[in-house]
Amino acid sequence: MSRRSLRDSLRFGLLATLLREFYTMNFFTKHNSRLLFWLMLAALVLLPFVTDALLGRGWVRIVDFAMLYIMLALGLNIVVGYAGLLDLGYIAFFAVGAYCYALTGSPHLAAAFPTVFPEGIHLPFFIVLPLAALVAGGFGVLLGAPTLRLRGDYLAIVTLGFGEIIRIFMNNLNAPINLTNGPQGISRIDPITIVGVSLNSTQSLFGITLPSVHLYFYLFLTCTAVVVFISHRLERSRIGRAWMAIREDEVAATAMGLNTRNLKLLAFAMGAMFGGVSGTLFAGFQGFVSPESFSLMESIMVLCMVVLGGMGNISGVILGGILLALLPEILRHSVVPIQQSLFGKTLIDPESLRMLLFGFALIAVMLYRPAGLWPSRLRKRELQSDETAETV
Amino acid sequence: MTDAILKIRDLHISYGGIRAVKGITLDIAHGELVALIGSNGAGKTTTLKMLAGLLKPVSGSVDYDGRSLLDLPAHQRVERGIALVPEGRGIFARLSIAENLLMGAYCRHDKAEIASDLQRMYELFPRLYERKEQLAGTLSGGEQQMVAMARALMSRPRILMLDEPSMGLAPLMVQKIFQTISEISAQGMSILLVEQNAKLALKVASRGYVMESGKITLTDDADSLLASDAIQHAYLGG
Repeated sequence: MSRRSLRDSLRFGLLATLLREFYTMNFFTKHNSRLLFWLMLAALVLLPFVTDALLGRGWVRIVDFAMLYIMLALGLNIVVGYAGLLDLGYIAFFAVGAYCYALTGSPHLAAAFPTVFPEGIHLPFFIVLPLAALVAGGFGVLLGAPTLRLRGDYLAIVTLGFGEIIRIFMNNLNAPINLTNGPQGISRIDPITIVGVSLNSTQSLFGITLPSVHLYFYLFLTCTAVVVFISHRLERSRIGRAWMAIREDEVAATAMGLNTRNLKLLAFAMGAMFGGVSGTLFAGFQGFVSPESFSLMESIMVLCMVVLGGMGNISGVILGGILLALLPEILRHSVVPIQQSLFGKTLIDPESLRMLLFGFALIAVMLYRPAGLWPSRLRKRELQSDETAETV
Repeated sequence: MTDAILKIRDLHISYGGIRAVKGITLDIAHGELVALIGSNGAGKTTTLKMLAGLLKPVSGSVDYDGRSLLDLPAHQRVERGIALVPEGRGIFARLSIAENLLMGAYCRHDKAEIASDLQRMYELFPRLYERKEQLAGTLSGGEQQMVAMARALMSRPRILMLDEPSMGLAPLMVQKIFQTISEISAQGMSILLVEQNAKLALKVASRGYVMESGKITLTDDADSLLASDAIQHAYLGG
């Protein structure tokens, strides 16, 4: 911060300056970005404790779920945001990941294969995680291969069908061999265990008590950080640029010598892998999975996160993920009490209000911020072009 | 013609169920600028798309540098030195100009050479250097055409195919683009130029082919074509 702006900030108050700096996006470029990084890290590390103290333990759990959604949204962002392939069945990969862990980390398969797995399969988490990512990636290719020639609406319809097929399979694969236990779902999934420490227990470290939800939070935070890092590197890589070129003009991209077939399959596979990882974490965290969790509505939720936040921009997608993951919970905790105090009874239940607000939010975003809430790159570029136009 | 870089023989192409190209024969010599002119729907763009590997021919042969081109998929043709500046420019609107140009060099792996080629492109089109971080979609039509041409050149092609570079541009910009085409040609690049604006194309070209409903109806030196009555009457408005 220069001396003048320091004086300014003393004169007009630090908060006003901070707000202005944030608004003009100077904060990240001008000031010490390393300091910002450490501040954010500290805030994230403290987040579960602060949430616990202010709002209660239930909210830490909600924050955990928000992290899973962020991972999902970042995965879908690769497919929709970078490569421009509209995928309406993305939750299928989340389901594949979740069922991978449910099947390989629970006593469930003992009933179907009593001689082979008398105790069920209990693979350790760190084997299941990459395995699930690979299986989900495989499913991504499986979806991608027959849809290579499709675009836009047509692709959306096929992917939507694919998502439903996976869910219906999960629903019906309880006969003739009981693989998925059908609509009842699979329960008693092993809690995630890292170096012998079960995350389903309360641990204490240096005299600080860490309840289970806190432990899961740190695991999810780590995974999200890895996903963000990979997304970030991809965005600036040769492959990322190639995806965006396909999104912008597939014919021209082919004429530039891009192998569009392989690149599209890679986008589907990468996106699916992120979904698979998130699903695995979800299964371990919940201890229970059922096809109900993987409905079309969930796919649309994740897509909304990407679109609302800002397609193709990591920060925007994270913002979208946080907002849409927290909104239903905030409504659940506020709608009923507010209505009770106003009308003495509940007129609209939180669930239907949620969809109404989603609709409004999407319409508003499309009208006023068509590129999403945080479309940094685009906006920055446009501002720059305005400046050059002025100087010319 | 023995030193032809590209030899097309009796080529038939169907496009959308219609036989768009009905047996054309065309040669391009090393370093030659050949114009392919003709009215709307004559099959010019279809021919270029086929050469770039975006369409498959029904029959016929295409020899490039003494080898058949038809077995190569599109992405390998760029590696072998065939570059297309597509109709309507086909720029990547939400990528920066610099990124657009880098996409042109997608098939190359020599980083230092790519960087120096990028500098050469900025020298060829100084306007692009001024705006290299700007999104390509925010440029004017003429500037976008420059991006499309520079992008194609970034692949270090041996033969450059231009599809209607004058389309939708202001007259001044058209002049500028054609001047650049002449410059590139003067440096020894083999060029296949497809144009509706026959006069402009024939002025920069050394030879011309006239295409009408899928067939080559006339071929000659560019100067003779410019002077010919039939061409004057049909394409040059007088």
